[in-house]
Amino acid sequence: MKFSYNDIDDPGRRDWAIKVEDLTLAYNEKPALWDIDLEVPPGVLMAIVGPNGAGKTTLIKAMLGLLKPVAGSVSIFGKPYKAQRHMLAYVPQRRSVDWDFPTNVLDVVLMGRYGELGWFKRPRTKDREMAMEALEKVGMTDFSKRQISELSGGQQQRVFLARALVQNANIYLMDEPFQGVDATTERTIIDLLKSLRAEGKTVVVVHHDLQTVSDYFDWVMLLNVRKIASGPVEETFTDDNLRLAYGGHVAFLQARNIQAQAGKSEKVRS
Amino acid sequence: MIEILYNILFDYTLRTVALGAGVLGIVSGILGSYAVLRKQSLLGDTISHAALPGIALAFLFTGSKSVLLILTGAALAGWVATLLMISIIRTTRIKEDSALGLVLSVFFGFGLVLLTYIQKLPNATQAGLEKFLFGQAATLLAEDVLVMAILSLVILALVLLFWKEFKLLSFDEDFGATVGFPMRSIDILLTSLLVVAIVIGLQTVGVVLMSAMIVAPAAAARQWTNRLGIMIALSALFGAIAGIGGAIISSLTSKLPTGPTIVLCISAIVLLSLFLAPARGLVWQWIQQSRNRHNFHLDAVLLDLYALAQQHRDRLHGHHAAVLKTMNLKQSAVNRCLRELKTQGLVRQISRDLWGLTEAGLQQAESLANTQGGAA
Repeated sequence: MKFSYNDIDDPGRRDWAIKVEDLTLAYNEKPALWDIDLEVPPGVLMAIVGPNGAGKTTLIKAMLGLLKPVAGSVSIFGKPYKAQRHMLAYVPQRRSVDWDFPTNVLDVVLMGRYGELGWFKRPRTKDREMAMEALEKVGMTDFSKRQISELSGGQQQRVFLARALVQNANIYLMDEPFQGVDATTERTIIDLLKSLRAEGKTVVVVHHDLQTVSDYFDWVMLLNVRKIASGPVEETFTDDNLRLAYGGHVAFLQARNIQAQAGKSEKVRS
Repeated sequence: MIEILYNILFDYTLRTVALGAGVLGIVSGILGSYAVLRKQSLLGDTISHAALPGIALAFLFTGSKSVLLILTGAALAGWVATLLMISIIRTTRIKEDSALGLVLSVFFGFGLVLLTYIQKLPNATQAGLEKFLFGQAATLLAEDVLVMAILSLVILALVLLFWKEFKLLSFDEDFGATVGFPMRSIDILLTSLLVVAIVIGLQTVGVVLMSAMIVAPAAAARQWTNRLGIMIALSALFGAIAGIGGAIISSLTSKLPTGPTIVLCISAIVLLSLFLAPARGLVWQWIQQSRNRHNFHLDAVLLDLYALAQQHRDRLHGHHAAVLKTMNLKQSAVNRCLRELKTQGLVRQISRDLWGLTEAGLQQAESLANTQGGAA
């Protein structure tokens, strides 16, 4: 094993899948992220939640080096992002691309192989096989030759997931994979995310639906320009933290409290 | 006809012009495809207009009218304009369309000022730089066409070499960056190739109409295919056809300028493609819509019969067409629909006005009623 100063400096540091330190990022002088510190342990399924404009997408893009921070750093398994790029796979928001682009499903999935292929090389049979395998995992085998403009929203999302799967990454960063997808696709995606976690991969998901956080995820970060809290869901996803992140009235909290009370009274009755 | 063929083969001017215009069509068709797919149609317009001050400055500084020199000036100006535009977008709050408009008007205006200044110079009576405004294909020499052809081959080779990278750039730039490609450099390369393609066309088509050669072949090609490779090949073919066709047509009529004729040719191809292309064409979509409407009528009549049949123990019991007409919004179509359903074997004519479902029709109607949630 290679010996490096990092190991002496901070022996625990290598253990974090993602470590964000003092990250500040601004658009036109208005801070979008303010002094974020975040540690993501390997093998968790983590949700990033927060109101609109909280900087969730910005945080993901900063982790991927797509946006340049004003200050701060991101390290992946103890090394700067640039050295670890191959460990990360990115699933952008579905609407970030033009689905009328003249290409088919298989071709889009193959783009996930481009990084390993490097300059100039074209995908080979092996890459195609990997792409078909990934399509099978998301239940899209029959659609491999389909024109991407003919896909539904849920199918588009699955194609993007398959593209990330063929990257053979350790860490998956996904921007709203559940946005506007049908129930079947949501089920497929969450099963897939859980099987990734079972393989020891780390999955970070920008998430909107507070209702499902406790069911789907085991780790959570609440964000509103600043970090409100992060950690295991049962400790972190509390009423107080949610109020801090979303401001006074959270419809979700009211619903949750009513449910909780209903649960209590049922217990009393029984 | 034979005369035209003879002229192309043996008339020096026409042969040169047709070849040059063809090459120009191919190159602008290829690179225009990327511009159109990346929603940068206006970029071509900006680059070509911005080339004008480069042309004028090249002449002012060197005093030479050598085409190669002047086109180098044009390319440099186009390139500077592009970089300026990119940095305006990156560093200010000005959006892409405004940045394009700004750069276009400032550069083109400056170019026109320089051109007027040059025309007033005592020694510049023969400068003839105005030909770059609307193009003057007749001034093309065999050497020019050779340079154009070599540049085109280089462009073609680079597009093939960077095929995967250019596709990534055009479809999902951010994702490309996360898998490790320097997307900004690839962007600059592709845009530089576009600059070269535009400069190649300046002498033939001119700065004002060159943008049409970038946008039109690609827009027409997109109508016919859903595959990137075929789209680019078709776009090149359309560009070549328009170039050569325009050159020939303008040679047949006196005083018909070549550049605008080429642009008219490619516009005709675009128009045809917009209407006639399968799937995306307007005519095809219109046929598809009326077919859908017709099928919907057939289904409606079948479901009406089914609804009536449910009121009888004998499901295949006959009913009067007049009853069906009262149930249907478009009464006149009922008889026609019934006859067509009969040829499909879904309905049987019991007597002249009495109609009933067949077994097959019953099954079909049942499955329809299920999928439509009993909407009938």
